[in-house]
Amino acid sequence: MINFQYARAADVADAVRQMAADPSAKFIAGGTNLIDLMKEDVERPSRLIDITRLPLKAVEQTPAGGVRIGALVPNSDLAYHPLIEQRYPLLASAILAGASAQLRNMASAGGNLLQRTRCYYFYDIATPCNKREPGSGCSAINGLNRIHAILGASEACIATHPSDMCVALAALDAEVHVAGPGEARTIAFADFHRLPGDTPQFDTNLQQGEIVTAVELPPQGFAAHYTYLKIRDRLSYAFALVSVAAALEFDGAAIKEARLALGGVAHKPWRNMAVEATLRGQTADQAAFARAADELLRDAKGYEHNSFKIDLARRGIVRALTQAAQGRPQSQAVKRIM
Amino acid sequence: MNGICRRGVLQGAAALAALGYHGDGRAGSAQHGAIPRQPGYQAEKPMTSYIGTPASRVDGRAKVTGAAKYAGEFNTSDLVYGSVVTSSIAKGRIARIDAGEALRIDGVIDVLTHENRPHMASTDAAYRDDVAPEGSPFRPLYDERILFSGQPIALVLAEEWEIARFAASLVRVEYEKETAFTDVHGRHDEAVALHPNGDLFGPPKPRGAAEHAFAAAEIRHEGEYYVPIEHHNPMETYAATVIFGKDGRLTVYDKTQGVQNVQRYLRSVFDMGPEDIRVMSPFAGGAFGSGLRPQYHVALAVLAARALRRSVRLVLTRQQMYGLGYRPAMIQRIKLGAKAGGTLDAIIHDATTVTSQYENFYRQETGWSGLLYKCPNAKYAHKLVRRDLATPCDMRCPSAATGVYALECAMDELAVALKLDPLDLRLRCYSDRDQNADLPYSSKALRECYRQGAEAFGWDKRSAEPRSMRDGAELVGCGMATGVWDAMQMPIAVRIALSANGHADVSCATADIGTGTYTIMTQVAADRLGLPLDSVTVKLGDSTLPQSPVEGGSWMAASVSNGIATTADAVRKELLRLAKRMPNSPLADAAPDEVRLADGKLVSRRDASRAVSIIDAMRSGAVDRIEQEHFTSFADDGSYAHNTHSAVFAEVRVDEQLGVIRVTRVVSAVAAGRILNPKTAASQIMGSVVWGIGMALHEETLLDHNFGRIMNPNIAEYHVPVNADVQDIKVIFVDEPDHIINPLGIKGVGEIGIVGVAAAIANAIYHATGKRVRDLPIAVDKLLR
Repeated sequence: MINFQYARAADVADAVRQMAADPSAKFIAGGTNLIDLMKEDVERPSRLIDITRLPLKAVEQTPAGGVRIGALVPNSDLAYHPLIEQRYPLLASAILAGASAQLRNMASAGGNLLQRTRCYYFYDIATPCNKREPGSGCSAINGLNRIHAILGASEACIATHPSDMCVALAALDAEVHVAGPGEARTIAFADFHRLPGDTPQFDTNLQQGEIVTAVELPPQGFAAHYTYLKIRDRLSYAFALVSVAAALEFDGAAIKEARLALGGVAHKPWRNMAVEATLRGQTADQAAFARAADELLRDAKGYEHNSFKIDLARRGIVRALTQAAQGRPQSQAVKRIM
Repeated sequence: MNGICRRGVLQGAAALAALGYHGDGRAGSAQHGAIPRQPGYQAEKPMTSYIGTPASRVDGRAKVTGAAKYAGEFNTSDLVYGSVVTSSIAKGRIARIDAGEALRIDGVIDVLTHENRPHMASTDAAYRDDVAPEGSPFRPLYDERILFSGQPIALVLAEEWEIARFAASLVRVEYEKETAFTDVHGRHDEAVALHPNGDLFGPPKPRGAAEHAFAAAEIRHEGEYYVPIEHHNPMETYAATVIFGKDGRLTVYDKTQGVQNVQRYLRSVFDMGPEDIRVMSPFAGGAFGSGLRPQYHVALAVLAARALRRSVRLVLTRQQMYGLGYRPAMIQRIKLGAKAGGTLDAIIHDATTVTSQYENFYRQETGWSGLLYKCPNAKYAHKLVRRDLATPCDMRCPSAATGVYALECAMDELAVALKLDPLDLRLRCYSDRDQNADLPYSSKALRECYRQGAEAFGWDKRSAEPRSMRDGAELVGCGMATGVWDAMQMPIAVRIALSANGHADVSCATADIGTGTYTIMTQVAADRLGLPLDSVTVKLGDSTLPQSPVEGGSWMAASVSNGIATTADAVRKELLRLAKRMPNSPLADAAPDEVRLADGKLVSRRDASRAVSIIDAMRSGAVDRIEQEHFTSFADDGSYAHNTHSAVFAEVRVDEQLGVIRVTRVVSAVAAGRILNPKTAASQIMGSVVWGIGMALHEETLLDHNFGRIMNPNIAEYHVPVNADVQDIKVIFVDEPDHIINPLGIKGVGEIGIVGVAAAIANAIYHATGKRVRDLPIAVDKLLR
């Protein structure tokens, strides 16, 4: 861990100003990932700009009927907020599927979006890693890759994004509000995270100096038919091997709208709107779900240790869509799969 | 708890010598004597009031309030903080090491490397601790050679810990790298075969003609079982605080399972006199075998304190702890031949285990197979593969946790082949004699473990066919396994100082690594001295106290309890001597064995009205303190085998589509002699069962063989069970009187609880799914494959 400066930001403009003055600084909120990475010398910020006092802690309804979540709302508060529990239980469930109670108490909504991969090699500065040190190579491709990506990976990087919350946000078509040196802007969730390509050092499309101020949910919350199904190496407190956020809306017996996002399989939450479109108008049966799963995984590619994820994801998708259709969402407290 | 071990009898001085344990007979007044052995101890009348009761931990309050201090918490003014730099390669040489940038940081005092370190001993013998395996022990910062990834190569010393850690990141190292090989698989032609019966831990001698019997057997099973490297991961990271005294003498607070082992090691490495260094370890936050040998942090902390002539603290990070010892990866092959009626004809057990390039660490995995079940023909082989890794070490129930896992999975597979209930097969193969040594047991209540365990579990409700039990989307499976471990005891010295106010100080250089040693010592002493619990203070974890072996192997409860009994008897005799001299003493004609201590009094066993209070006896003799120190060893004429046993029953539920496994119930029925404290003992077993769940489903140290490096050195990615993984665990202690093993009939429970758990779970998973996974951990990908 290197020595660093510490400064507190008074408001968003001040935070942006401070960052502009020291481009190798980092914002810190909950610090649940950043501090670990600093201890391992993976992150070596010259300065930490403490944003925990910024007024970004509200969860409020928007005039359009959606909900705006301040970037500093702790994950726990968000998961148990009545608006989220009642209208967006998919989001609440995904949050509670992640980490531990203690971590969720510390972690912020904005920080959750910006957590880094859990690839072993990214965490170990003794090994090459293109994400950590561009051009040094990817150790995972020919190394331990059981937890790595099966979709959207590149020769440069096969890391996955570890968030559960983001999988739900992707499925719910959230938007990310950011401020920065330029105009404040809004980024569709699908465009927020990116695929690694040949620049895996960039996890997101945030520009240098930008800060996440809020996440906004559209009105539709799929509260009647949803699930978040997470499969991992123990029953709690482990990152997803595969996770599935599924949300359905019915018109009678026919599916009117479907949302399907995968976690643990790619550099970003994985969605394919074309596949979701094929579910529209169909009845909710295993055959339709299996076709959707096959379609979503059509381009999936396994490496030495992670090919099992393709089959596991297929099974998980079918199960999650079944849970959603039946209105029997996966409990995050009871570990039995519904 | 945990330790050194092997199967079979390991008792007395010969065994200690084999382990390298050499008493230095330090206490001048100590009397030595062996507890006689045959024909058996008289059954103790239950005169006791504390032994066998669920007393709460005497150190519980200190622990939960933070009053209990651990090695990295002792403070002194002017403390120097160390931070270790470790190697990033697994094999080669340090070509250049540059601490210039680190030394320029304000607050950095020095950076020690192999180039500038002060003198350390130059012979292997000097580094060989009480429990070192054969070979050339690792010497931290000794020279430029790199033997494993994560090896300490520099020690940064600074005025503050943060500065030390920052500066450590600035030490630049260039290596001359050589190709490392770290995989237990492959290159087995280079393996070293251990000679049967060649030494304490080598495979036992064969009996009969096992290969022939296997070939001729009516029913055969053959299987290969894999266990990966596992790490102990005690909660407390390794730490040492070395207080540099005004006279140059060192007081070392270390995290260890053996203060005297560490003290002897440090004296030898740094050529110091016995009075120059004192090692203390009053509390340890778990150790599980990782603290049996002195670890490099304590050597480095002492090296630094001597170099700077200042007090030094060194705390390892969680990541650095993965550069210490581990349970070796192993491949085991088991062949079982049986008659159609379900009796064994042949057992062949081969093991290939990993060790370092510089020490031959191994334990006797294979012998458990031939010991446990009745079988005329048995044969064992054990090969060592040397890899570019640190030396493995003992980890909770070394050899049995792994060897019995393989055996008990194989027995389950044999039961399937025989179309027999797995429990029925065990009963048909039940043996009342140690099959390797052909000796009777001093006690063996395993049959009762099977009976009580099966009843509590509801084994009779299990349907025989795999995949035949279901609950909704989940397949339900029930599995069982046997557990076995040694009941060892070691020579030990205990001192008791009884003051006239009726308070006793009981001291011994043993350790309490979270197991409850303080508590059971207090219980035994209180009973033997006839005092209430709060009139007894136990001191341990100090190298200046009476001699103790390392705390491991599950031998401490038996050893120290009987040691206390021996010394307490001497105190009683001394009190009686004083009481007899009182005018008109009611005990004037009482023989020593005719009186006992109870309620603060010496009381005649024949006539309870004849009694003298401890206080009166001491006052009348004008004595304000009685101090006795005695050395207790355990005579063994080799006519009995001593073991603990268990029967483990597990229920799993496996989601049929997704392969998600839940261990919903475990019943562990244990026969381990007399249980000193059912509360702390049950806690030992329960913790072991949790670990067994981890062994079955989660634990695996991931090595990248391209780099020879451990890639999950933290407890986020090295998975152990969390609360959600642990459901209903029931612990049963069956009654097992043992009048032969030692006067108190104690065996020890630190290790037996983990044995068989992984096998019971693996067998239950097979029963649920019909899928046999023979390599641990049983993760979802292996189940769906």
